[in-house]
Parts: sequence; C-alpha cells; structure tokens
Amino acid sequence: MYRSNVLVCGGTGCTSSHSLLIAEKLKEELAARGLEKEVNVITTGCFGLCALGPIMVVYPEGSFYSMVKVEDVPEIVEEHLLKGRIVTRLLYQETVEEDTIKSLNHTTFYEKQHRVALRNCGVIDPEKIDDYIANDGYAALGKVLTEMSREEVIQTMLDSGLRGRGGAGFPTGLKWKFAAANDADQKYVCCNADEGDPGAFMDRSVLEGDPHVVLEAMAIAGYAIGASKGYIYVRAEYPIAVKRLQIAIDQAHEYGLLGEDIFGTGFNFDIALRLGAGAFVCGEETALMTSIEGKRGEPRPRPPFPAVKGLYQKPTTLNNVETYANIPQIILKGADWFASMGTEKSKGTKVFALGGKINNTGLVEVPMGTTLRTIVEEIGGGIPNGKKFKAAQTGGPSGGCIPAEHLDVPIDYDNLIAIGSMMGSGGLIVMDEDNCMVDIAKFFLEFTVDESCGKCTPCRIGTKRLLEMLDKITTGQGTLEMLDEMEELCNYIKANSLCGLGQTAPNPVLSTLRYFKDEYIAHVVDHKCPAGVCKDLLKYVIDKNVCFGCGLCAKRCPVNAITVTDYTAPGKKKPAYEIDSEKCIKCGACFEACKFKAIYKG
Amino acid sequence: MKSLAELQAIRDRAKAQLDLRKENPNAARVLVGMATCGIAAGARPVLNAFTEEIAKRSLTDSVTVTQTGCIGICQYEPVVEIEIPGQEKVTYVKVAPEMVPRIVNDHIVHHNVVTEYTIGALK
Repeated sequence: MYRSNVLVCGGTGCTSSHSLLIAEKLKEELAARGLEKEVNVITTGCFGLCALGPIMVVYPEGSFYSMVKVEDVPEIVEEHLLKGRIVTRLLYQETVEEDTIKSLNHTTFYEKQHRVALRNCGVIDPEKIDDYIANDGYAALGKVLTEMSREEVIQTMLDSGLRGRGGAGFPTGLKWKFAAANDADQKYVCCNADEGDPGAFMDRSVLEGDPHVVLEAMAIAGYAIGASKGYIYVRAEYPIAVKRLQIAIDQAHEYGLLGEDIFGTGFNFDIALRLGAGAFVCGEETALMTSIEGKRGEPRPRPPFPAVKGLYQKPTTLNNVETYANIPQIILKGADWFASMGTEKSKGTKVFALGGKINNTGLVEVPMGTTLRTIVEEIGGGIPNGKKFKAAQTGGPSGGCIPAEHLDVPIDYDNLIAIGSMMGSGGLIVMDEDNCMVDIAKFFLEFTVDESCGKCTPCRIGTKRLLEMLDKITTGQGTLEMLDEMEELCNYIKANSLCGLGQTAPNPVLSTLRYFKDEYIAHVVDHKCPAGVCKDLLKYVIDKNVCFGCGLCAKRCPVNAITVTDYTAPGKKKPAYEIDSEKCIKCGACFEACKFKAIYKG
Repeated sequence: MKSLAELQAIRDRAKAQLDLRKENPNAARVLVGMATCGIAAGARPVLNAFTEEIAKRSLTDSVTVTQTGCIGICQYEPVVEIEIPGQEKVTYVKVAPEMVPRIVNDHIVHHNVVTEYTIGALK
C-alpha cells in the first residue's frame, strides 16, 4: 500500500514539455531515498489545464504543482514526499491563499466544470485496467449484458437525449435503433477518433487518459445493435493515443472483457485499431469507413446511410470518442441523471478545447447551456494583456465566429446553429482586437482547400474560387460586388457539396460576412486592415514628434529600411527616424522594439 | 471475465489505491509529523503503519493519511494528530508502529480516544 500518489500528466501537451522525464527523475529520486515502496508515481491522462503544464499533483494532500521542471524534482521529493513540507513556491499560485492551500476543485478553472466524459482523465493510470475498473469501469458493460435487453439499452440512450459529440449532433439512441433494426449476418461498431479540426484535442485526451471507456462503450453499442466486431479509426499522428489504446485492448482481452463469451453471457465482441493518415475528410463517416476498408478515403452519397449499408456494406453504427465516453455513465447512473444536465434539446455536458487569445488554454467540460462568457471570462481566465474580446470561433473549419454581442447565448447545438456557427467537435478559439476576421476566414478556407478530397466539384473548385476572392480582398484588390458574389458562391457550395466537409466549408466566410461586414468593407473600400494583420494593407509609420531618436528600431530592422532624418522635434535631443515603405517588409520588429510607442500602424 | 463477481473482486482490490487520489473534504485526517525531528524519531514506519492499517480495514474512502511538518514539540516525536470532522483534534506522542492498530480501532473506528498515548497523558 502506497502512502502517497504522485500523478504526472502524460497527455500530449505535458509530454511535449518533458513530463515523462519528470516522472523518470521522480522514480530515480524516490529510489535514492528508499521511498519507492511508499510513494507511487503514476502517469495519467490530461488534467485539462494545459497552459500550466507540465502538471504534477500529489495526493493525499492534493497539491497542484504547475510548470514543473526536471530540476525541481529533487526539492519536491526531499521536502514534500520525505518531510511533508509542501513546496509552496512551485504550486499553481491560484491554489495558494495566505496560510492555507485551496483544493484544485475550487480554482476558477475547475469550479464551474462538470466532468463526465473527462472524469477519469488525470485521475487513473490509463495503462492500468485495474485503475479503470476501480472507478466503476466495465460495470456498465456487466450491467447491460446481465440485466438489460437490447431494446432497453437503446431506450436508455434515447431517453438520455445524448447527441453525437462529433459535431452534427444526431441522437445516438436513434442511430443505434436504426442499426439494430436491420438484420444482417455481420454488423459493425466504429469509433471516429479521426479528430481533425484545428484547435480541437478532446478526443485525443480521452483516448490518452481513459482509453478503456471507449472500448467499454463500443462493446455496449455492439450488444445493442447486434454487432460482434468494432473498429477504432484513429489518426496515426496521435502516437500516445494509439499506444494506450493498443495496451487497453490487450488488457481487456487478458481479462476477458473483450473476446468471446463476455461475462459468461455468450456475447462476443472484439475491437481492432485502424490508423488514419490524417486526411480531414476521413472524419466524415462514409469516407472513414471507405478508408477502413483499405480504399482511398473519399465520401459517398447518402442514402444508403451507414445503419443500412456501412462498413463492408453491412449495417454499421459510428460514434465519436466523446460520445462513447458518456455512455457507461449513462448506463450506470440512468438516463434521467444525464437528461437532468444541459438544455431542453441538448443534454449532458460538452468538452471544449480552449485556445487562441485566452489565459487558461486547455480542456474544459461544462454542462450544455453554459454561456460563452462563463467559459471565456471565468473558466478561461479572460484574454491576456488586457485586450478586448472580439469573437470566438467554434467548430473549426466547419463552424463560424461568434461576436461579442452573443457572449451570453447559452451554448448548445441549436443555439449555435441559430447564430451561424456550429458545435463541431468543440474547438473554441478566442480572438481579440488584434485578429483580422477576413484573415481568419482565409485561414480556415486555406485549410479546407487543402483538405478537400476533390471528389465533387462544388467543394473542389468552389472553395478554391472562394479563397482566391479572399486573397484579393486581403491584398487590397477586392470590390464591393465581390462580397455579394462570395456570399452567393458560399450558399452554392453549401447546397451542392457531397459531404459535410464541403457543406460546411463556407461557414467561416458566411459568419464573418454576417457579423464583421464592416471589416470586409474596410479592406475593400478603404484598403485598410483595421486589426493591422493583412500585410499588404499595412504601413508602419514613425511619429517624428514622439521619436526620441534612440535608433533601436533601425538596429532591429532586418532589411535596413529605417534611417535617421534631419528633423529634431521640439524638446528632443536627437533627430527622429523614418521608415522607407518601399523597403519595409512589414515584419513588425520595429513596432515591438520601440519603447516610446512612436511607431504606429497606418 | 466470466462473472460480475470477478469484476467486483478486481474493483475492490484496486479501489483503495484509487481512493488516495481523490479529495475528500469530509474524511477523517491522520497527520504524521515528518520533519527532520519526526523522521529521526521513527515517523516513517509509523506513517506506513497507518497507511497499511487504514487499507486493511477498507477505510480509504473515509480516512486520509497525510504527512505534515514539525509542529514544534520535537522531544515528543513521532507526533500524530487525528482530526475527525466535528470532533476536537487529538495529538498522540511518541507513537510507535505497534500502537497504530489500537489507535485506528479505538479512535478512528469507535471514536474512543486512546488517552494514555496522548500528549495530555505524558505531561
């Protein structure tokens, strides 16, 4: 029995800042002091507060160490683990109050969260099946197989109101019901772990932090629809997730929780991994299944829907990772419990990946219906450097921008669509006054142009033409007519594309046109970029009456575009400098360097 | 896995260790002084004895065993403080591992303070 548990985050974020080295060093230091049998070092999944990584939490005290360095480890071992003196200096400072130390759960980042899908992330060791079982793991599968009929399982899912967390929000119970209704000699259960939205990483965190929950939920789905085989389609660029999934599958086999005659009920279910090469379109369900079959990942028209003809032309149900992560809890705690959270049409919680101009970058899980303001200002800790909120982008390349006027809208599937965005997988990128909305639209469109598979014309050529127009606007060659033309093209692409990729690709353009038309007009009519982002419309100017003539800007300029003039402002001792706009490459180095704010964007 | 009972057995075995990783504000707390003075006087075996005893009696979800620094009565180390919610804090002194099962049984489980081990008895 260990007296102390040290949890070190082994999610991708913390791993990239060397958390695994920290865990190694910990074990080394503990062994050197003969503490290895008293103190347990556990590598867990993501804690969510990625901005503060690498993260280390010591129980039973619950001390939350943030931004830990390898050099800090000896001190933590010597002081805290040996002598019981918490190293306050290294704690997450929000948990430190004068004399006492606050629980992590009472910090503003965690207090408003409600963790269902992420409940085991940062708590259990994802590579130990016993840890998962200790936290009620596989109990839902046991209950389903021994106490519930297939119909009861599907009815529970319908009653819970769970909707697909991958973005479109289709009711999960209905999906299962359709697949269950089709008779076939073989059916399949698939898991969409091809998380592709720029800025979204909740599926990765579930796979890395709690892989067994996905396996358990897939087996439950298998029982409900009558399938004996499952595939997890995960992108190869998530190596930690792939590794932990494989370990989890092997362990579940060893315990007989996958395989034949599970719990002695005669139910057989097995899961295999399929690695995706990282094409965005493979997150679309028909393309995903085509890719599993070993063919080129391209979508096909629906109907027939996967519930009728899916993988290998057999009835298939396909759900997203986060959707699965909710299911065992729904079975154990009941549909009513789940339906008690959220809004009328969107039940439960949703995980958001907070990114962009926000203090607490990371993963947050909140009940549906939480306002954007709560997420951004409270949990997210607001915007750095006292800048003003301009918009939040949800849903990645399929979603749109939500302006400040809609900060108080309760977030759920339907409200987001009503204000021109969508839930998507839950990426939430915060933008401040320094972001140009035309540039943002262009960024996402560049992504979809790259990722369009090319099978259908509206998407392949339409998005390309749209990008060309945006290019013209950001370089000062746009016209007002172009804005109308763009809108028309957007609606055409939406209406005529084959799959979800094309049908949603114009959303970033449409939503910015809707809420930030003035910025488009500034680009087109005044040839100005109000946020100072679009380089072709930008000019750096030195205010000669403010310039002290220190010459720092000239030293920093990489192209020698700044020279001294013969003008000395009244009250100044040295002559002012000026920028040759012909030579200037608009890198902004002088702007950053000037201590007197004498340089402005014109 | 052939039965729910098998799953339950694994769960019971693994749960005690997992309970240590959760915050439980209502739990009784056993604080063992582990500063230099405490360690020198033999606080580590005492701390481990508490951990083992609590696990053995399946009390991990209602009792946390934690270390603390020096409370300033170094001559009486190893010092152990027990805080049960709603009751006064009790300080045991010169605690040895052999005394631990009785403290757990009498005080933590049955709420009878083992008076002869407390700081009051010594003075």
